Amino acid sequence: MSKLLIKGNDALIRGAVLAGCRFYFGYPITPASEIAESAAKFMPRVGGTFLQAESEVAAINMVYGAAGGGVRVMTASSSPGISLKQEGVSYAAGAELPCLIVDIMRGGPGLGNIAPEQSDYNQVVKGGGHGNYKCPVLAPNSGQEMADMTGLAFDLAEKYRTPVYILADGFTGQMMEPVEFGDPLGALPRKDWAIYGDKESKHNLISSIFLNAEDLEEHNIKLQKKYATIEDNEVRVEEFMIDDAEYVLIGYGIISRILKTVVEKLRDDGLKFGLLRPKTLFPFPKKIIDNLSTRVKKFLVVEMSNGQMVEDVRLVVLGRSPVEFYGRMGGVVPSTNEIYEYTKSIIE
Amino acid sequence: MASKVLQKPKSFYDIYERNPGTDKKMPHYCPGCGHGNVHKFIAEALDDFEITDKTILISPVGCSVFAYYYFDTGNIQAAHGRAPAVATGIKRAYPESIVISYQGDGDLAAIGTAEILHAANRGENLTVFFINNAIYGMTGGQMAPTTLVGQRTTTTPTGRNSRNEGFPIKVAELISQLHAPVYVERVALFDNKHRARARMAVRKALKNQVENLGFSLVEILSACPSGWKMDPVDSLHWIRDVMLPQFPLGVYKDVTKEVEPYPIDHFNPTAKETKELLEINTEKGDKKLTRVTPRPGFENPEIKVAGFGGQGVLLLGAALAQAGLLEDYHVSWLPSYGPEMRGGTANCHVNIRDIEIGSPMVSNPTVLIALNRPSLEKFEEDVVKDGLIIYDTSLIDIDVKRKDVKILAIPATEIADKLGNTRTANMVTLAAYAAYTGLFSKEVLYETLKSAIKRKRLQEINRKAIDEGYEFGLKNH
Repeated sequence: MSKLLIKGNDALIRGAVLAGCRFYFGYPITPASEIAESAAKFMPRVGGTFLQAESEVAAINMVYGAAGGGVRVMTASSSPGISLKQEGVSYAAGAELPCLIVDIMRGGPGLGNIAPEQSDYNQVVKGGGHGNYKCPVLAPNSGQEMADMTGLAFDLAEKYRTPVYILADGFTGQMMEPVEFGDPLGALPRKDWAIYGDKESKHNLISSIFLNAEDLEEHNIKLQKKYATIEDNEVRVEEFMIDDAEYVLIGYGIISRILKTVVEKLRDDGLKFGLLRPKTLFPFPKKIIDNLSTRVKKFLVVEMSNGQMVEDVRLVVLGRSPVEFYGRMGGVVPSTNEIYEYTKSIIE
Repeated sequence: MASKVLQKPKSFYDIYERNPGTDKKMPHYCPGCGHGNVHKFIAEALDDFEITDKTILISPVGCSVFAYYYFDTGNIQAAHGRAPAVATGIKRAYPESIVISYQGDGDLAAIGTAEILHAANRGENLTVFFINNAIYGMTGGQMAPTTLVGQRTTTTPTGRNSRNEGFPIKVAELISQLHAPVYVERVALFDNKHRARARMAVRKALKNQVENLGFSLVEILSACPSGWKMDPVDSLHWIRDVMLPQFPLGVYKDVTKEVEPYPIDHFNPTAKETKELLEINTEKGDKKLTRVTPRPGFENPEIKVAGFGGQGVLLLGAALAQAGLLEDYHVSWLPSYGPEMRGGTANCHVNIRDIEIGSPMVSNPTVLIALNRPSLEKFEEDVVKDGLIIYDTSLIDIDVKRKDVKILAIPATEIADKLGNTRTANMVTLAAYAAYTGLFSKEVLYETLKSAIKRKRLQEINRKAIDEGYEFGLKNH
């Protein structure tokens, strides 16, 4: 099978359709609009629905409604839009509805700008809305992963009955790379909890209300157990030259691509650097970092933010090795050279 | 006959198991509350139309948040104000189901104003029951958007002041002004005659959905004795004497006899059809071409292409990447990003590599293709030592200052003009680069054109551009 040279945003929608997604509800926002445009083109073609909602809030609630019907449904937005969707995501997490939310991050706070940042880590990885919940978060760094991770996202969403995020940036969305597609998924099995508008399913209830404190606590405990299971089973990382590494760079998304080139350059210099890329941000690769922290000299976390993921790294490392941070904000993407120079400055 | 009249509708659960309270037979509503009436009208209609099993009720935030205690239908509980959006989602998933959005005045006419207006405006094939009792009941009697001027509530302790809080929103009037809704009526629950009218309106609004006619909304003036701090009988009088003059009853819109039913079509493409519709059925398509060996020093180029918007800068870069893909290289193409995109200049970053590509960004290009003077000036210094700078001498009236790089100066625009289309200068340049470095054969460039240039009529002239550029590149090596 040959490959297509297409943008990540475009690959994402085609991948979602192949993964059985037939419903897209969204609101335009740069730099995520191309996902909506691609959905507008492809969803109706395959008998699906594309609907441009009146707001981000309406869009996520349409997702909530369709997800209650057990269909594969998605929305996509960018940072300020995700802020608006948080109430709906909390409801979906509470009602345990599987769905896919894509966040193509941009610069903030406020209106910020449309350049790529990674400053949504906290609002996406840590829950974001009200209540004790978390959503699995996948962080692609290539066109191929933009396509493939949609399938993984829906599988995780249904396996654990939870909203799942794909957290990416403008670069990964806008970049064209060769992408290979597989075959479409067949009919989905019936879900015993969903509402299909028929006699068999009518006694199901989609709700996040638990009026009694004890009942709501029980529900919360169930959710926490679910998140613990996800942490045990669903961590995914990419490791690059890490086996003998004395120094480990950590970054996700487009940053991990830059770090890979940096590691190649440092290895050319004879320096033992490696790269750890979390492909899942929740669950976070705690055990892997924990193991590394017993032997590596130093970690360097690079983010296009004020340092959000680095806090999770530090919580695992617990001072056993120094954890350095290099960040750019406002939509400034660090260059390979810039990180290379910084990296050389911190080695002992 | 008598037994039938007294029977509880089958669309209600016999015992309200979902109610966590001790009495599973009684509803949670206060004495004199209008919700009970409306619930009963709906349940009776579902029974009569035999649609209970396929009905999905969306319950709002407000006193009717627990409507799912009672209705033996599918039930989805929605966030405050979002019931019409949630209803839209599930109705789009199951167009044959009957979806009811049941909402109070705070839910529909305050926090959910956008959702109701747009669901109505899209003509979603839904039925909306809007309970207007001019107060927030659930939260303890605060002002609603439909609270009357002068009416006392816990947040308007001296009465609603129109200068501070505005006027009551008239939902039936508002929705009936939109094009799409097919049926909008306001009814009231204060005596048997008006209850009978309300019952008919509820039935009609549901029947419309059964017949796929489109969006129906029934506004129901309804008592909230607890919120109003009145006894149930006085509450009924208050509806009649105080609410009615402000909220006139009647059919505000009914075009159900004029509209065509919504068509519901199901299209379920096969796997093969799906791949064709997604334009990913490439098995028959691109052929892999034999990779030619580039001249030493030109392997694994990291390219920056820059020029004015409209010069085909991004296309030139994309064509380079496509050519690389055809020769089975790893490739990436990244457009310049952010405000730059709209500022008149454009650039893109292209990597063509034997092995997997790390950073797609090209900060220090091994090849700079400059199509205008600002691009040459801006990026010349970034080029690596022994790199290559290609620039269009027809448009750039300065020389390259660097002495440590290779230079290919090409009058690309002039060549393109001679061919009769100035816009082919990008392909002239592309071909010159390919020939000069030996990176791509002419055959690969021809093949690239097929996907890079969508318009068939432009294929021929671009082929000529490639011929000219290729020749120039070979001659000047």
